[in-house]
Amino acid sequence: MTWKQLFTSSVGKKFIMALTGVSLIAFLIVHVGLNACIWANDNGEMFNKAAHFMGSTVVIRIAEVGLFVGIILHIIQGIVLELDNRSKRSIGYQVPLGNRGSKWYSRSMGLLGTLILLFLIMHIYHFWTPSRLGGIADIQPLPPVNYDGKEYHNLYAEMITVFQSLFVVILYVLGCISLAYHLLHGFNSAFRTLGLHNQRYVRIVKATGVAFSIIVPFTFAMMPISMHFGWIQ
Amino acid sequence: MEHYNMNLTLKVWKQKNKSERGRFETYHVKNISSEMSFLEMFDVLNEQLIEEGKEPIAFDHDCREGICGMCSMYINGRPHGPWHGTTTCQLHMRAFKDGDTIVVEPWRANAFPVLKDLTVDRNAFDRIIQAGGFISVNTGNAQDGNNIPIEKEKADQAFAAAACIGCGACVAACKNSSAMLFVSAKVSHLALLPQGVPEKKTRVLNMIAQMDKEGFGSCTNTGACEAVCPKEISLDNIARLNKEYLNAAAVIDK
Repeated sequence: MTWKQLFTSSVGKKFIMALTGVSLIAFLIVHVGLNACIWANDNGEMFNKAAHFMGSTVVIRIAEVGLFVGIILHIIQGIVLELDNRSKRSIGYQVPLGNRGSKWYSRSMGLLGTLILLFLIMHIYHFWTPSRLGGIADIQPLPPVNYDGKEYHNLYAEMITVFQSLFVVILYVLGCISLAYHLLHGFNSAFRTLGLHNQRYVRIVKATGVAFSIIVPFTFAMMPISMHFGWIQ
Repeated sequence: MEHYNMNLTLKVWKQKNKSERGRFETYHVKNISSEMSFLEMFDVLNEQLIEEGKEPIAFDHDCREGICGMCSMYINGRPHGPWHGTTTCQLHMRAFKDGDTIVVEPWRANAFPVLKDLTVDRNAFDRIIQAGGFISVNTGNAQDGNNIPIEKEKADQAFAAAACIGCGACVAACKNSSAMLFVSAKVSHLALLPQGVPEKKTRVLNMIAQMDKEGFGSCTNTGACEAVCPKEISLDNIARLNKEYLNAAAVIDK
């Protein structure tokens, strides 16, 4: 078996989805933990310092390249699989099986993934581009802040500016809901694709997956909400 | 359970041959006993059609006791009908009420082309088995059964997987038309037993390669297959198949 045969086989393609999926799950932990610094109620000092650390540390910048490779692979492979799988049944059923055998979100991973991708485009435009590339279009980076005589990019102020708009907050919450359902199936499914069938571990993964899919997107969703309604000082 | 008779309306897929487009036809059957099996109800309908000089409906069946895997009707949106863990032939008419309309479709998957009406070509499954669903042993006198010790739990799991009758309901139910539950049952049943170990790597690689070649989709772990399987094959087998496949692909030296 050649490497090409492995990665173009149906199981191999799913293996890539699972591997990139698990690494994206790991990224979410870092992302949500770091952003939770906004609740320190110190006018964003802890958060800005943390963001500065992430942006200025070479190891993390290299990991960021890995993250982008992973996410692009996950997107491309996801599209390929979705189209491929859809082409396997040219004539559909008059009466569909529907929810009698599976959960709606497990059958809608392509749709949920597309919603997350649309969210990501907006999200990258809002925060990543201004912080990394100095901003484009109407979102210009705000003047830097000074902590202990050192200048920091004021990402916190940028969050406050972006989340002034209720419309943007609603879009972010919808993005988080899509993520929650995507994870609710994806977390468990990734481990199954990687070959986990030992019941003792399956139970742990299932429970962790449900908890993760609720806690992480909920925490993310609370960020724009608490900024918009001024719950953070 | 009380016996009763019923009148039913049936919407059945009619298709002359592989190339014709096909359409739904509506039929009415009267005085169907609740004690009849679903296939016996079809026999009554076919007798009626023959008497009227019309062509009977073609459908697959053989043993009619739930073990051969030939019957294959997609009844009211569910393979093998509404009962859990039941083949079409073991589905009885007491599952329905007087006046019900029942929609009957063939398995839908490009890998299972419709041959005529409700009959589909499931040779793809046979070719997957031929690709590796066997063990190679020299024939001769059978050795003593206790020569090879087998852990009871593993023997049970292997037996549960071997219960797969290859009917194709998993493919019919899967949104991706994936055959993974079938292949995983066949791989698991041999991989769990000592006799299956020598060929376990080539078996799983060849069977998956054949599965992909036949045009089945990939597994997205939705669990629809497990829910409709008349033999209640567990989704765990798919995870085991993934493990067997990835392990074999990682170390195979050719």
